Amino acid sequence: MTTATPTVPAGTQATGTTTRAARVRKRLNSRTATLISIIIALVWTIPTFGLLISSVRPEDQIKTTGWWTFFTNPQFTLENYQEVLFSSSSSAGQLASYFINSLAITIPSVLFPMAFAALAAYALAWIDFKGRDLLYIAIFALQIVPLQMALVPLLKFFSTGVTIAGVTVLPGWDLVDEQKFAQVWFAHTCFALPFAVFLLHNFISQLPRDLMEAARVDGATHPKIFRTIVLPLITPALAAFGIFQFLWVWNDLLVALIFAGGRSETAPLTVRLAEMAGTRGNEWQRLTAGAFVSIVVPLIVFLSLQRFFVRGLLAGSVKG
Amino acid sequence: MEFDFAEEQPKFLMLMYGLIAFVAVVGGLLLLLDVVPAWFARRREAQLIAASASGAPLPRRRKQREGLFALFFLLPTLLLLTVGLVVPAIRTTLLSFMDDGSNNWVGLRNYGWMFSEGSIVRVLINTLIWVILVPLVATSFGLIYAVLVDKARLEAIAKSLIFLPMAISFVGATIIWKFVYAYRGDGQEQIGLLNQFVVSLGGEPKQWLLESPLNTFLLIVIMIWIQAGFAMVVLSAAIKAIPADIVEAARLDGVSPWQMFWQITMPSIRPALIVVVVTLSIATLKVFDIVRTATNGNYDTSVIANEMYNQAFRYGKNGQGSALAVFLFVLVIPIVIYQIRNLRQQREG
Repeated sequence: MTTATPTVPAGTQATGTTTRAARVRKRLNSRTATLISIIIALVWTIPTFGLLISSVRPEDQIKTTGWWTFFTNPQFTLENYQEVLFSSSSSAGQLASYFINSLAITIPSVLFPMAFAALAAYALAWIDFKGRDLLYIAIFALQIVPLQMALVPLLKFFSTGVTIAGVTVLPGWDLVDEQKFAQVWFAHTCFALPFAVFLLHNFISQLPRDLMEAARVDGATHPKIFRTIVLPLITPALAAFGIFQFLWVWNDLLVALIFAGGRSETAPLTVRLAEMAGTRGNEWQRLTAGAFVSIVVPLIVFLSLQRFFVRGLLAGSVKG
Repeated sequence: MEFDFAEEQPKFLMLMYGLIAFVAVVGGLLLLLDVVPAWFARRREAQLIAASASGAPLPRRRKQREGLFALFFLLPTLLLLTVGLVVPAIRTTLLSFMDDGSNNWVGLRNYGWMFSEGSIVRVLINTLIWVILVPLVATSFGLIYAVLVDKARLEAIAKSLIFLPMAISFVGATIIWKFVYAYRGDGQEQIGLLNQFVVSLGGEPKQWLLESPLNTFLLIVIMIWIQAGFAMVVLSAAIKAIPADIVEAARLDGVSPWQMFWQITMPSIRPALIVVVVTLSIATLKVFDIVRTATNGNYDTSVIANEMYNQAFRYGKNGQGSALAVFLFVLVIPIVIYQIRNLRQQREG
């Protein structure tokens, strides 16, 4: 984590005026603080840990004994995963199929807003035109519109298109099965843009003015500056936004529920899991394994790219 | 293995179409912006040559092209925002004044329904409880933890463990906690941690998620568990940004840790504190996944965002659903105005 600093033993910071007793007390204080914080961190992790342990226990064990008995009576199996991912029985989960849906939904939903927002943020920061500030504020302000405000009309837009005074301006999309991915991409892209523009604008507007002006003087056009100078410089910001958007889309339930439908052709993991939790709330062998399947990808992304994630978090608070 | 990979092919094909569309749109736009100006430049050059040959005044229009460039850079974003956010938001506002089939105007009837129907009033009260408790507890916890862990050993790991739930989906987190709250009949061995805890203290196991109003608080615990890490990371960064000489000077003056916290730390991190509380409040107002996955809004646990989904998409009551969405929006506005005013004050002060 970027915010971590090297550990400084409390004693070394004490000044000449501090007595030995005070120094000892301070060191003890800092020890207790360390101890308490580690205990809290462990308590925080116990629910997740319990889930992981449970997911590798045999079905009859999970259903009859607490997961903590695993340590006195360890029985290990991967059957839960096998069943929940690949079984052809529709009650088992068939999560492999939904996993692919999650991937297919997430990748374009990250790429589109990333590219569009970078273009827009560049224009708002470095192209001189009338009403620039006003436009930026307007886009920024759109962040406060809850996406609940857009759902009903957007769904109608997909199904029946746009009709003004009886004249069809745009036909409905009439998408079936896999094609419904396009709806989800579209919705996620729209909803992500205000935050993405805001976050990237923060970074892009802080690039050195000299650099931009020198490029202009050399005769570089805006597309050229954008491609060759700006893009490489804002990679960390793009990464930060990319991780945000990835976690957001992968973990989303509401948008997927409405625009992807609930079937195995398009629904992502979250939709399927929520359904399983509702209808098969006591099939813990499936739920625990399924939940882990859904959290493993974001966990990997998060743990390996935590640095960028935190940077983005600190730059733009978070998306809501 | 009974999984048929061939059946999944249409999905990959669709994904490929998506990626092709991406390359075509973004690449095409950049190409367009490269080629068209170059063509104009050539034409202008030709005009210049022609003009200088005939002695006519030189044409100028550099400024105009800047605006055109900006328009094209902004085009996809503006188009998508209009179609996907602005127009729908306006439409939803209009729908909230119409009946369920969206045919006739009904004035404020949907709003009247919201505040008079007992079950919906309950929903509003639940939302209020959520939006007060989650930011308050998560921020306090994050703050205490950030102070505790500051300069501790293994700080990075201890922080990561608290922060980790941020990466998990609300659905996943809810399943994790449903497992903690799991119930088995009295006398049987418990599999839920909470009931095991209660039993080992000599109590009776409970069906936690069925007991109102306790269940709402247990759902709030899930949200706090997820969000405390966010509060902690932002506040921890703010604490580390406090200038070392201020801290050192205070220490030389012999202030106690308690005084240090209230007189140095708190005032210094006030802006970060506000950002965290505001962000958490807005996120909490919109909470949907947790309630839906845990109880589906039954047993008196529903909140506005969940009820909005139910009304609009399950019961087909567009008017009532839209009214709830608009109400959600109205609740968000004062919070945001407060934040903007605070940020402005900070900047001026």
